[in-house]
Amino acid sequence: MHFRHILHALGRHRIAVGLLVLEIAFSCAVVCNALFLIGARLERMQRPTGVDEAHLVEVGVRSVMRGSPEAVMAQTRTDLAALRALPGVSDTAIVNQTLFGHSMSFSGVRLRDDTKAPSIPVTQYLGSESLGRTLGLKLSAGRWFKPDEFVSDAKLENGSSGVPVIISRALADHLFPGRSAVGQTIYAFGANRVVGVVKRLVQPLDYGPPGNYGYAMMFPVDMPYPNGTYLLRVKDTAQRQAIIGEALHALKTDGPLRLVSSKYATTLEAARDKYYRNDRAMAWLLVGVCLLLLVVTAVGIVGLTSFWVAQRRRQIGIRRAIGATRADILAYFHVENFLIATGGIVLGMGLTYGLNLLLMLHYELGRLPLYYLPVGAVALWLLGQLAVLGPALRASNVPPVVATRSA
Amino acid sequence: MLAYYFNLALRSLKRNKVLTALMVLTIALGIGTSMTTLTVMHVLSGDPIPQKSAQLFRVRMNVFPDANFKPGDKVPDNLTRRDATALMGDARGDRQAMMSAGSMVVSTAQGDPLSVEARYTSADFFPMFDVPLRYGHGWSRADDTARERVAVISAALNEQLFGGRDSVGKTLNVGDQSLRVIGVLGDWNMNPRFYDLSNGKFGDSEQVFVPITTALDLHLPTSGNTNCWGSGADVHAMNAPCLWLQYWVELDTPSKVAAYRQYLHNYIAQQQQAGRFTHRGQVSLQDVMQWLDAKGVVPSDVRLQMWLALGFLGICLLNTVGLLLAKFLRRSGELGVRRALGASRKAIFMQCLVEAGIVGLAGGVVGLALAGLGVLLVRHQPTDYAAFIHMDLGMLLTTFVLALLSSLLAGLLPAWKAMHVAPAAALKSN
Repeated sequence: MHFRHILHALGRHRIAVGLLVLEIAFSCAVVCNALFLIGARLERMQRPTGVDEAHLVEVGVRSVMRGSPEAVMAQTRTDLAALRALPGVSDTAIVNQTLFGHSMSFSGVRLRDDTKAPSIPVTQYLGSESLGRTLGLKLSAGRWFKPDEFVSDAKLENGSSGVPVIISRALADHLFPGRSAVGQTIYAFGANRVVGVVKRLVQPLDYGPPGNYGYAMMFPVDMPYPNGTYLLRVKDTAQRQAIIGEALHALKTDGPLRLVSSKYATTLEAARDKYYRNDRAMAWLLVGVCLLLLVVTAVGIVGLTSFWVAQRRRQIGIRRAIGATRADILAYFHVENFLIATGGIVLGMGLTYGLNLLLMLHYELGRLPLYYLPVGAVALWLLGQLAVLGPALRASNVPPVVATRSA
Repeated sequence: MLAYYFNLALRSLKRNKVLTALMVLTIALGIGTSMTTLTVMHVLSGDPIPQKSAQLFRVRMNVFPDANFKPGDKVPDNLTRRDATALMGDARGDRQAMMSAGSMVVSTAQGDPLSVEARYTSADFFPMFDVPLRYGHGWSRADDTARERVAVISAALNEQLFGGRDSVGKTLNVGDQSLRVIGVLGDWNMNPRFYDLSNGKFGDSEQVFVPITTALDLHLPTSGNTNCWGSGADVHAMNAPCLWLQYWVELDTPSKVAAYRQYLHNYIAQQQQAGRFTHRGQVSLQDVMQWLDAKGVVPSDVRLQMWLALGFLGICLLNTVGLLLAKFLRRSGELGVRRALGASRKAIFMQCLVEAGIVGLAGGVVGLALAGLGVLLVRHQPTDYAAFIHMDLGMLLTTFVLALLSSLLAGLLPAWKAMHVAPAAALKSN
C-alpha cells in the first residue's frame, strides 16, 4: 500500500485531519468510560441477595389505636396464622426490615466485650421462627433458631439475655477468617453466640462500602406487627398479585381497625425493580449518549471525506486515467480513514485513561479494565470504515475522463 | 452590509442542504443535551430560601463519649435530646428550632385511616422558615412548654379532610388521641427540604406539624436517622445516648454568628467539665447553602450527566468546525472572485461568521425543542426531584446565547482560513 503517499497527502490538510483525530479521540474516551459506567451499574443491579425473591410478597400493616404489648403480639400471631391459611401460601413470617424497603437498622458488632474494641456496623434482621424458611435462605453451617430461643423486642434491646445469632457467610469469613464461626461469640446486643451461618444474606439497602453489602445477622425476636412487615412465601409466582389481594382482605376483616392498604403491599421483585430504577435510567441515558456520540462522529467523517472527494475529483480522474482501478480508489480512502482513526484511537487511549482517573477521583469508580480499550478501538475503526464507504464509493465512480477536462 | 451577508449566507446554506442540515442537527443535539442537564443542575442547586439562606444555620456538635469518638470523625448531623433541649433553653439565637421527622396514622370521618408524614418541631419553625399560613396561626413558645395538643396541617391534608374550608378549631384524631387544628399552611413547598435531608431530599412538604414536646408526650413515631451508642428501651428519653434531632438557629448579623460559635465552644467546654468526655469535641455552624453543599444535595449522577453533556457539546462543536471548514474552503473559488473584486479580508471573515451564526441560531431553535423534550423526559424519570424540573425564561435565553456563541466559536477557525484564501491561486485553480 501507498501509506507514504497517503500520509503526505494528509499532511496538506493538517487542520481538518487534526479535527477528525481529536473528535475520534474524545469519542473513544467518552464511549469507553460510559460503557464502563454502564457495566458498573448493571453489576450493582444484578447482585444476588441470597433470598428467593421470585416467591416473596410483603404486606405492611400499621395500628391506629395503641394496644397493650400482649394484645398486639396476640394479634400478630392471629394475623400470621390467617395469612398462612391462605391457599397458595407456603410460609409466612414477620420481619423488622424488608429488602429494598424504606429503612434499615444497624448495630455495631465487636469481638470483645469492651466498648473500646473496634466495631463494624452490621444490619440486623429480627423476625419470627419461620423467617429463614420464608426467605428461602440456605444454611451453610450450624442450625436455625429453636422455638424456646425467641425473645421480645425490648428484651433484645436491653442486651442482657445472651440471645443467639445467625450471621451471613460473608460476615463469618470477615470476623473469623479460617475458623468456624459456629460456637463463637460476637457482641452486638450483649453477648450473642453464633449458632448458624447462612450462605448469603445482604443489607436491605445499599449503604456503606461495597464490601459490607453482604454483612448481615439475624436474631430470634417476636416482632409485634406495627414494627414489622409480613412476608408471604408464594407457591406459584403467577399467583402473587392475587395473593396480595387475599392477604389484604384477610387482614382487613381480621382484628381491630388498622391501616391496611395496597400501598404497603408489593412483590419483592417489584420492590427490587423500583429500588434500582435510577440506575436503570442512568444506564439507558449513557447508552443514548454513546449512540449519539458515535452518530455525530460518523457525521463528521462523512462530511469531511465528502469535502476531500469533491476537492480531489481531478486528481482522482488523473489516477484513473493512468491505470488505477476503482478498487484502488476505494482502498485509498479506506486506508486514509484507517490512518486517521488510528491516530484518534492512540490519542483516545490516553484521554480514556485520564478521564477514568478523573472519574475514580470524583465518583468512587474502579479502574477501567484494559479490555475496554481494544473493544473501543475496534468499534471506532469499524465506524470509520463504515462512514467513509459512501464518499469513497462516490470517489471511485469519478470517470477517468475528468482528467482531460479543465475544471 | 450585514443584510447582504445574511442573504449570501442563506443562499450558500441552501446550496448544500444535506451539509447544512447535518451542521444544524449536530449543534442542536449538543445544545439540547447540555441545556437539559444544565436545567436540572440549575433547579437542583438553587437556593431554596434566597431571602434568608445566609441567616439560617444548622447547628451540629460531636459530643460522643470518649469510647465512640475518633479524631477525624465527621460531625454528626443530629443532636441528642439532652443537648438540643439545653440549647433551646439558652435561646441564644434570634430564633431557634429543634425538630424531627415523624409519621402518624390519622383516622378520618370516612372510616379509612390515613398515614401522614409529620414534623415535630418548636414554635419558631414557622417564622424562621417563612412558612405561609392560609388560616389560623402557628403555635407559641408557651404552647411548646405547655405541651398543647395542637397541630398545623398542610393545604393538601386540609383539602382531603375538610374539603379546603377553614378548619381551625377542628379535631385531628390520631389513634386514641386528638389534636386541635390551629393553622392551615398556604402554598408551601420547600425543595430541597433543606431543614431535614434524611427523609428524601425532594418531595411534598409534611402534612402535619406538631409541637415536639407534644409529640414526645403522645409517643408519636419518629422517622429519619437515629444513631445510638448505648442500649436502652426508649431512644427518645431525655438522657438517651441517641442522635436524632435536627437543630436550626437564626442569626441575622455576622457578629451574632461569631458570638454563637463562641457560645457553642463554651457549651462543649462545660460538657467536658461535667465529665461527659475528655476529647476536644467538634462544633459546626453552617448556613443553608453550606449545609446543602456539605450534604451533596445535587445527586452525583446529575453532576456526571452534566459533564457528559458538556463533553458531548464539545465534540459536536469540533464536528461543526470540521464541517464549516469543508464548506468554506469548498467555496475558495467564489471567495477568490469576491476578493479579486475588492472585498476586504474582514468582509470575507464577517460573511463566514454570519453564515456560522445562522447555523447556530437554527441549531438553537432545534436545540431548544430537543431540550424541551429532554426536560419532559427528565420529568418522567422515577427520581424524587423529577416534578420540580422546569425550564424558565433565563434558561431559554441561555440556550440561544449558548447556541450562538458555540457556533461563532466553531466558525472562527474556518472563517480565518477562508479569509486567507489567496485570490490569484483560487481563481487560477478554478
